[in-house]
Amino acid sequence: MNGFQIVVLWSDVLVWLLLASGIGVGVLIARSPPLLAAWRRVGASRAGMASATVLLAFLGIGLLDSLHYRVALDGKPGEKTQYAIEVLSLLDALVGPLRTENEKTYSAPFATHLYAKETIERPGQGTLREFPRLRFGGSHLAEPAAAPADIAATAAGAAALAVLGWLALVVLVANRRENPGDPTVDRQNWPKIGWSRLWRGETVFAWNAVLLTLLLILLTLLPLFALAGDYHVFGTDKVGQDVLYQILKSVRTALIIGLVTTLVMLPVAVLLGIVAGYFRGWVDDLIQYLYTVLNSIPGVLLIAAAVLMMQVVIDTHPQWFATAAERADLRLLALCFILGITSWTGLCRLLRGETLKLRELEYIQAAQAFGVSSWRIILRHILPNLMHIVIIALVMDFSGLVLAEAVLSYVGIGVDPTMTSFGTMINNARMELGREPVVWWSLAAAFAAMFILVLAANLFADAVRDAFDPRAA
Amino acid sequence: MLHVKDLRLGFAAGQRTLLAVDGISFTIERGETFALLGESGCGKSATAQALMRLLPPAGRIVGGSVSLDGEDLLVLPEAAMRGWRGRRMAMIFQEPATSLNPVLTVGRQIGEVLERHRGLRGAAARERMLDLLRQVGIADPERRLDEYPFQLSGGMKQRVMIAIALAGEPELLIADEPTTALDVTVQAQILDLLARLQVDRGMGMLLITHDLGVVARMAQRIGVMYAGELVEVASREDFFTTPRHPYTQALFAALPEVSRRGTALATIPGQVPALAAMPAGCRFAERCPQVMPVCRERSPEWREVAPGHALRCHWQGAASVLEKAADLTVDRQIEEKTGLLTVDGLKVHFPIRQGILQRTVGHVFAVDGVSLAIAPGRTLALVGESGCGKTTVGKALLQLIRPSAGSVRLGGRELVGAGARELRAARRQAQMVFQDPFASLNPRLRVGEIIAEGITALGVGGDATATVAALLRQVGLPTDAGERFPHEFSGGQRQRIAIARALAVQPQLLVCDEPTSALDVSVQAQILNLLKTLQAELGVAYLFITHNFAVVEYLAHDIAVMYLGRIVEQGRAEEVLGRPRHPYTQALLSAVPVPRLDGAGQRIHLPGETPSPAKPPAGCHFHPRCPQATALCRERYPAPTAVSPTHTVNCHLAA
Repeated sequence: MNGFQIVVLWSDVLVWLLLASGIGVGVLIARSPPLLAAWRRVGASRAGMASATVLLAFLGIGLLDSLHYRVALDGKPGEKTQYAIEVLSLLDALVGPLRTENEKTYSAPFATHLYAKETIERPGQGTLREFPRLRFGGSHLAEPAAAPADIAATAAGAAALAVLGWLALVVLVANRRENPGDPTVDRQNWPKIGWSRLWRGETVFAWNAVLLTLLLILLTLLPLFALAGDYHVFGTDKVGQDVLYQILKSVRTALIIGLVTTLVMLPVAVLLGIVAGYFRGWVDDLIQYLYTVLNSIPGVLLIAAAVLMMQVVIDTHPQWFATAAERADLRLLALCFILGITSWTGLCRLLRGETLKLRELEYIQAAQAFGVSSWRIILRHILPNLMHIVIIALVMDFSGLVLAEAVLSYVGIGVDPTMTSFGTMINNARMELGREPVVWWSLAAAFAAMFILVLAANLFADAVRDAFDPRAA
Repeated sequence: MLHVKDLRLGFAAGQRTLLAVDGISFTIERGETFALLGESGCGKSATAQALMRLLPPAGRIVGGSVSLDGEDLLVLPEAAMRGWRGRRMAMIFQEPATSLNPVLTVGRQIGEVLERHRGLRGAAARERMLDLLRQVGIADPERRLDEYPFQLSGGMKQRVMIAIALAGEPELLIADEPTTALDVTVQAQILDLLARLQVDRGMGMLLITHDLGVVARMAQRIGVMYAGELVEVASREDFFTTPRHPYTQALFAALPEVSRRGTALATIPGQVPALAAMPAGCRFAERCPQVMPVCRERSPEWREVAPGHALRCHWQGAASVLEKAADLTVDRQIEEKTGLLTVDGLKVHFPIRQGILQRTVGHVFAVDGVSLAIAPGRTLALVGESGCGKTTVGKALLQLIRPSAGSVRLGGRELVGAGARELRAARRQAQMVFQDPFASLNPRLRVGEIIAEGITALGVGGDATATVAALLRQVGLPTDAGERFPHEFSGGQRQRIAIARALAVQPQLLVCDEPTSALDVSVQAQILNLLKTLQAELGVAYLFITHNFAVVEYLAHDIAVMYLGRIVEQGRAEEVLGRPRHPYTQALLSAVPVPRLDGAGQRIHLPGETPSPAKPPAGCHFHPRCPQATALCRERYPAPTAVSPTHTVNCHLAA
């Protein structure tokens, strides 16, 4: 194993900072009983918890992909160590062969042969046009016809392993003692009762939904990865890269777009929204004017202009970046900022309206009657009572932003072309769909992955809204 | 006609069903008014909804039967039930503002019922609608029929609601707090209308209310509900002369009245038990002054003590043996010192802006020249109907709304136009208690933090934690309440917290904006007692803003009556209440429903409703509704006339 150099990309810093602040907020929530009660309601929602499990799986992939390093190149001893130009992540190391085992060009999922005919010279037989065997896909088989049986056997083995692992987990959860202080719980017959409570969905936390989702995830992922070593389970793209690998790499891009953008827009939206609603008058007029103007400029055009300008800046300063990954990373972050700057208006408008309502409430007037300063009223009385809207908006905006990235990359003004994202995958698929015979797997895989991510985010957002919205409670 | 037998209904909460109404039985005859009386949360509205089978999604009817003319309503299929709702039985709701659809004309909404239940369409339906509107006393029905609800006043909306309910010519009318959201003068109109219509049509009526005054005026038989059970059913005479159940007796004792001035009101200790934790024995046992060991063990049987008078109680006694309330003797005569607060010519005008440039096209004259004075340690009640500007006066005094003109002097310091620094000093002297205890406490702060807010903001100094603990004791809350959040407290307890918060900075004047109007009678008594005790102990003066005359009679030393932004009469409480000179005061006093048998005195009927403060009538503001208006009233606003050194009235008739 060669030495390596840790590379810290700006987006990595933000991702880990976000994770840290997420944990920090979690601690704060645990100390505030009303918020804790609301999150308990989220925890009791089956759809919410199932989608949260899926989201956590995606988040895990994204986090693994956010630890970067460069491998040291073999050099002569005594020389200064040189590092490879390629920046790898922990995920790359884990999925190893997926990244390196590239075919020549398109191949269908689970194929053993290329998707395009090639002219092959055979000694004594002249040239022949046929589908050549893949270099890696199914190469361990002597006879390609044995592939289906081999796939079925591997998949079944992995599935059995998945079920076993899942059962172990269920046992763990069922034996978990809920509410140790609760006297109504019959302690003698605990394991049995734990099972029946789990089975009937009587647990406070929606464990049955989480476990069912976990079973589904395990049943999908384990066979997939067991097969991925020998086959290209989602096929390969034009340059022979494994589509599964691209999907895995796209997850981080989507997460960063969804999370960092909200981080950019949140302070602006909250501050301006509250200030406009609380102070009214010319401040309100100014802020309203600002977001009305911003809203009336076509969003895509504004983003396109900003992205193109930024592209020029990046292209004219190549000395800023040591690696291509750093350049692509900066472009990704810049895209987040641009999206953030154009998308704060919705939340701002929402918060302004709510503040207008809150400032007429009697507890605000009571504070005013004590001569409490305006900023203190905003911090102590208004902001905490707006948090439910902020949380709902954050979770709901996430899926919208993931989709926005796909659209922007499709138009060509999204992330750097060297960076894999759902958008660039779909953009590439444009040509593949026009090809004869059609190449469908790239698009289908990207579509399915994005669909699952966005659906999970939306379902989770619904659960959060149900739990936090005072009107629903 | 209507027989309700052993009706039980509950609300699903998770896997369990919490019983909100547990086995109530009553009957209503044709042409009879049966009143269901009870405090909030006792299940009276749920009962009405169950009769119509209009329970919210979580509601379940667990058992019992409801039969109208022998037909069991609870087993009817939903499709058949639709033929009954609106046709055989109709309902009037509490809030007229939200029970009409704002995007449909009045005619469409009445026509809907006519078409569904009477098969009337076109000209015939229109004829019938006009007829109905005339019956409910709406002037100019041809025009009103094509108007939208926002063009009608609150009282008129309620009249339209009644017209809709009558359109199907029902045999049973269910009125769920039909006048709670209305002013007393309008309430009197609506109650009279309901009584007249009922006699004309021979309808049965189920009246749901918490107001003993309304009951005395309307009901022939009364059922008292407590915690989901009927505890006493009696005829009107028996109910008001010999109430037998301790709860009924306590309700009467808790009413503030002029005869109880200077004494503490009787209160019912404790709270209604929660639905999830209903006691096995009598549900009132924990709060009952007559409690016996058997009460906690066994739920009492329903027994008849006299023909038509039944109750659910183990106690056999009859007379009210509530211990005589402790004498508070807080009416110590305070010598007339220089006023603590002097208000002179206070005006608050809100501009009405229109058009793109937001030009001011007019003003809402919310407060239009109010002058009053409060001496230390005394209570001035500011009385008036909704929209007369009394709350605006209270807020303008504390500079929460900047007055347009006039002067407010508090302890010799001018507040109008004062800078932030001077205002901060003044804020220690005057504080406010708000109407709605559910909106006046920040739900995200602990009670201790809420109370300490003023101490830190105004830098009162001293040990904040110790002060908070002392304040909590003073308002009768446990000391550990400071660690908890507002949602863990009941309405009355929340109002105590709000009072503690205001007292934290040791003010000399407390502006109380309808502090008891959102509370039940028994809780209202607790808060009034607390206010009286605090006044006796601390010598704090109150500006008591209210529309409730019973509270005024009980509490106030001085009274100012407001109408449309101006004070029309003010003086000592006994002068204004005993010898009112202004026709508006006289009408207000006569319109208040009195919770006694002999309450039906001579009533003065005021036509119409309070005009908009944006376009006050010329001359005396009251002349369009005044029964004694003269030509002079239409021309000139009357100057104040002194009836006695302390009693002034703005009326040409008194001049």
